Amino acid sequence: MTIDPLLSRRSFLASGGIVVAFALAGPALGQLAGGGEGSAGPPVLNPSLPGSLKSSPYLDSWIQIDPEGRATVFTGKAELGQGIRTALMQVAAEELDLPPRSVTLVTVDTSRTPDEGLTAGSHSMQDSGAAIRNAAANVRMHLERSAAKMLGVAVDAVVTQGDGTITARDGRSVSYAEIAASLSLHVEAIADAPRRQAGDFRTMGTNVPRLDIPAKTTGGAAFIQDMRLPGMLHARVVRGPSEGTRLLLPPEAEIRAMPGLFKFVRNGNFQAVLAEREWDAIGLMRALQASPFELARDPFPTGAVGETLKGLPSRDIRIVDVHQPAGQPVKRLSSRFSRPWLSHGSIGPSCALAMFDHDLLTIWTHSQGTFDVRRVAADLLGMSIEKIRAIHVEGSGCYGQNGADDVAAEAALLALQVPGRPVRLQWMREQEFGWEPLGPGMITELSAGIDANNRIVEWRHEVWSNPHNNRPVNAGGVLVGNEVSPPFPIPEGKPIPMPEGDGSRNSNPLYDLPNMDVVYHFVKDMPIRVSALRSLGAHLNVFSIESMFDELADAAGQDPLAFRLAHMADERARQVMRSASGAFGWKDRKKTGQFHGFGMGFARYKNLGAHCAVFLEVAVNQDTGRISVRRAAASVDCGEPVSPDGIANQVEGAIIQSLSWCTREAVTNTGTLRTSFDWSEYPIMRFLDVPESIEVTVEKQSGQPFLGVAECGQGPASAALANAVADATGVRFRDMPLSPERVRAAIVTL
Amino acid sequence: MTSYLNVNGRQHAVEADPATPLLYVLRGELGLNGAKYGCGLGQCGACTVMVDGKAVFSCLMPVRALAGRAITTIEGLGDVTTPNPVQQAFQEVQAAQCGYCIAGMIMRAQSLLETNAAPSDEEIRVHMQPNLCRCGTHSRILRAVRSASDKLSLKGSPAGTK
Amino acid sequence: MNIGRRHVQTLLSGLAVSALCGGLFAAWYVYEPALDRISRPERSAFDMGTVKKGEQLATVGDCIVCHTAGNGPPFAGSRPLPTPFGTLYSTNITPDERTGIGNWSQEAFARALKQGVSRDGSHLYPALPYEHFTHVTDDDIRSLYAFLMTRQAVVADVPENKLLPGLGFRPLLAGWKMLFLHRGGFAPLAGKTEAWNRGKYLVDGLAHCGGCHTPRNIAGGEKRGSEFAGGLAEGWIAPPLDRSNPSAGRWTEASLFAYLKNADNGSHGIAGGPMGPVAEGLSKLDDADVSAIALYIASVMGREGATPDDGPAIDNAQSASTKHPEGADLFRGACAACHEPGSAMSQQGRLPLSALTSVRMADPANAASAVMMGIPAPSGGGNLMPSFSSAMSESQVADLLQYVRARFTNGSPWKDTEGAASSARPEDER
Repeated sequence: MTIDPLLSRRSFLASGGIVVAFALAGPALGQLAGGGEGSAGPPVLNPSLPGSLKSSPYLDSWIQIDPEGRATVFTGKAELGQGIRTALMQVAAEELDLPPRSVTLVTVDTSRTPDEGLTAGSHSMQDSGAAIRNAAANVRMHLERSAAKMLGVAVDAVVTQGDGTITARDGRSVSYAEIAASLSLHVEAIADAPRRQAGDFRTMGTNVPRLDIPAKTTGGAAFIQDMRLPGMLHARVVRGPSEGTRLLLPPEAEIRAMPGLFKFVRNGNFQAVLAEREWDAIGLMRALQASPFELARDPFPTGAVGETLKGLPSRDIRIVDVHQPAGQPVKRLSSRFSRPWLSHGSIGPSCALAMFDHDLLTIWTHSQGTFDVRRVAADLLGMSIEKIRAIHVEGSGCYGQNGADDVAAEAALLALQVPGRPVRLQWMREQEFGWEPLGPGMITELSAGIDANNRIVEWRHEVWSNPHNNRPVNAGGVLVGNEVSPPFPIPEGKPIPMPEGDGSRNSNPLYDLPNMDVVYHFVKDMPIRVSALRSLGAHLNVFSIESMFDELADAAGQDPLAFRLAHMADERARQVMRSASGAFGWKDRKKTGQFHGFGMGFARYKNLGAHCAVFLEVAVNQDTGRISVRRAAASVDCGEPVSPDGIANQVEGAIIQSLSWCTREAVTNTGTLRTSFDWSEYPIMRFLDVPESIEVTVEKQSGQPFLGVAECGQGPASAALANAVADATGVRFRDMPLSPERVRAAIVTL
Repeated sequence: MTSYLNVNGRQHAVEADPATPLLYVLRGELGLNGAKYGCGLGQCGACTVMVDGKAVFSCLMPVRALAGRAITTIEGLGDVTTPNPVQQAFQEVQAAQCGYCIAGMIMRAQSLLETNAAPSDEEIRVHMQPNLCRCGTHSRILRAVRSASDKLSLKGSPAGTK
Repeated sequence: MNIGRRHVQTLLSGLAVSALCGGLFAAWYVYEPALDRISRPERSAFDMGTVKKGEQLATVGDCIVCHTAGNGPPFAGSRPLPTPFGTLYSTNITPDERTGIGNWSQEAFARALKQGVSRDGSHLYPALPYEHFTHVTDDDIRSLYAFLMTRQAVVADVPENKLLPGLGFRPLLAGWKMLFLHRGGFAPLAGKTEAWNRGKYLVDGLAHCGGCHTPRNIAGGEKRGSEFAGGLAEGWIAPPLDRSNPSAGRWTEASLFAYLKNADNGSHGIAGGPMGPVAEGLSKLDDADVSAIALYIASVMGREGATPDDGPAIDNAQSASTKHPEGADLFRGACAACHEPGSAMSQQGRLPLSALTSVRMADPANAASAVMMGIPAPSGGGNLMPSFSSAMSESQVADLLQYVRARFTNGSPWKDTEGAASSARPEDER
């Protein structure tokens, strides 16, 4: 028997040899597909190539040139509303030296595109952007070689013109269309194909309008929710109010007699109704959901997050253990920080379509892991994976693992019950709130000491967290898998190894500290269903580190920015802090009264991704506890910027979303129910509370590798908020959310 | 039962349970994509359309209540080639991330600008308050509404429909 | 019900009564001296304990609700207060010296609260419920003063009141006070517990519950002898808190406590209309004081020590939809998503509509108001219930209300639901 070396390493990781694995972790593990979430992605075939080319080195799996000279580019990543489709198209257009309109981008589809793992962890530009850029550069190299041959000149005597033609010095030219017929792209990429230089860029670095926005602003079919297939049936799942509840339904004969029902499907504890019309499906679902329910799992914890997590067994994982000679501490501070369980809160509840026809099952999904949707369906339905095709179609923003994977598996199961009829299943708002995996609640405990020269000489950071990566890779990872008979067991949660990390993500400060102890108390047992929420553990870890830095700066009597710069050697980190502070006017900030203040936060996402500094000006109302963010200024360094306005849009969104998490969000529950079931029980930020202005500076880093940007702002923004509120009120808030009730209670009589 | 609906200036005869919320009729029977299911509870505004010039939640709008009333959806404002001023402003500002809420946002903004072409920034915020965005596109949306308003009030005409 | 006419009648009677009083009593009765300006006291003039106590008392009084405009700064005034006599604008009670009360002495503050006289000697309109505040102890007034004087000073001028002609003449108010302001401190009732007396003190004094829940006479004074027999507030009926409360059988001390503290208690509807902000305010109040208020109100209802008697839920779905087919359709399309069994709200254990006081009351005003105005969630949380005023016409809302009444109660049909819907339409949409 031979053992696949990759498989054996994976089983080794699974067996719990995690501490050793860190020692093994080199650059290869630092580039885990999809940030290490979901299945590990495809095996590496050529490690010398950049990004996802490592796993799919053949050019024609990325780019095809058609007889009209137009390019079709394939990515294994998905558009999630982050604008990746446009950015990847720009990358391809630039390196192919084609106008953007001549490039068509095909996003993840198991029968057409490479498997690039999950679209997660801010990896898309890093993995797919780098791959497409290099593949396109390779293709352009081959086009130029062919052109040179056709024109009978040397390769260095031809130049692409940006319009799909290649010209020789004497003015003769040949088009890509003419070359395409005789050019095979079934060749392996090389690592050092010459790339276009920043000074010559025509598309990259410019603000090409996003390809998806015209349809989204005019009522075009832009989302999976908008798909209508001929003969389509509408489905609704029939469930109790929240995870772990089980309905006690009336006898099946009674159900089958309900008017408007096309089919009632039951498998174990999974139930769904199918109807010709959506409104009928909803009515049937409601009628059945009026049945009594019971809790078929352990009661939910109702105490504070710290109490809950510390009450569960944990495994200690040493993240950083650095000890160097340093001065004697003269002041020591200790603080505890926490974040509650958060909902992804997608505006559009999860949706999927599926059709089983001629032995082939097709699933349309907005999951971040299209290839995993296929794996899960194969496992759940006992089908051969070749008989399943999964296609990504854009959904409402997900911000991590919401109900997308669950609903895709459910639609697949239902489609098998009605061969030849496409099934569209959408969850209801309350089902999304009640059943999706939540962003895990977390706590940290930090202690630090400074010496007589105001240098940090001691640093200890402990973090308690459930696994953040419970992305389904088999049937046990989705709800329906746990409900069918016989049920698939829920897989045991595992941590993502550093340097990506999950609960440990960004627990390793980027600052230069001579002594650091960082420990991840990994809590395997999940009392509430959880999985990835945008930025994972980085949100609380950065919040904690950056809050602690302000507490230390205060103890040292130093300006928070100066104190950070004094402990930061990384030049790019220093640069984003300086440029954001300049744009903000940090140096000249002036408080205009009590309860007015300023704060900053910084992090480099995972210490591998984009650098981001956020500065905020706030006013806190003493009598309502409401925090008004007057201004935000941020700077981001994500390497070579492809779409500067798209980057700014992502960072603006990250700041607002993070402020919403930090000031008002917490999933509530009783022992039997999640009680955050609608937008009044789970309020998120609305227009009256968003910052009056947000200014984002995108650093120009010509020639630097792409770094993902979607998750770099969440930690710094929440930290900047806590720091600004502390500056404004003199009170340090360490437990999120900094809700009006909490803030008011602490400051109303100051 | 047949209901007669006036959608974007055209009369439609729709066979549907008269209790059906407009949202499902627009999407299911008329094939319009703009109004989205978000909560079905009148709390998020993803389904916002205009009825007699006012923004309403189509998810809680029974077709039985709509006889003789003028319904406008985003498809009635303009299309990809000829967007109306509000749609155009959202495109120019690139005021979308995932964009699921955007059609509802545009409809709510439209209902404001039809009655008040030059609202103050505060009036825009208050008016947009019923609609939720999760991506954090708010500041761009506000900029887009401001920009549409500036253009419209310059022209002195209220936001037009097709 | 014709509000306009009723208001005019009330106004004329009020005028006549006041004019008569003005004639009978000498100018000495009307005259109040201006009290000296002081310079704004420093924060250090007040100890933390007094400020904290004042914060709780201001919460009981819910000063912030009337003295804060829409999205304006707290306590800075300018909230329009519609009254039968015109629109009053609440004053700025932040310690700004020019536009607020920064140069008011404690004596001036106490006089305003207890006698309805401004620092400059002018009479204040009884929108400031001094007929209740007059019972507040001097010590509590001192704490309230300390609390308000330590707020953020906000420079905010308040618009001129828009009163009907003649009513801007403030000396008339002295006559009103002679009739309706019954000065005197609070005397604990012997034989009642300390908690009961505390509850009564808060309810009759700072909390001024009677301001809405006691009917008013033609001159706008609370009717003596009809305390807590039910009143009106901003178009909503403030239900009676005495034994005639339509849901009295269901109230207990515990459910009153939960309702006041959390705006919801699992056995009644949520606090809506003007009661919403009251409950939001009380959520910040010490449990002991909320308990005391609940205890006292329970005793007024005759429910002291009672156990809940919720009775069976009523659901005449079949007959109601036969009687009101249009209302039934509207309900299924617009209301069922929350209020039908199997909906998200009912799966969460929220009550059926048959438990709601607004549905059980003989007058449809509150049910109509909830449908037309919606019920906002506290502090920027969107809405608990959306407004249907743009979605439905008055006659559609009327049909809907009749269906709800027939389905969820065994009571007699409501009269003039269309009129109720029309009265409940928000001002700016009429």
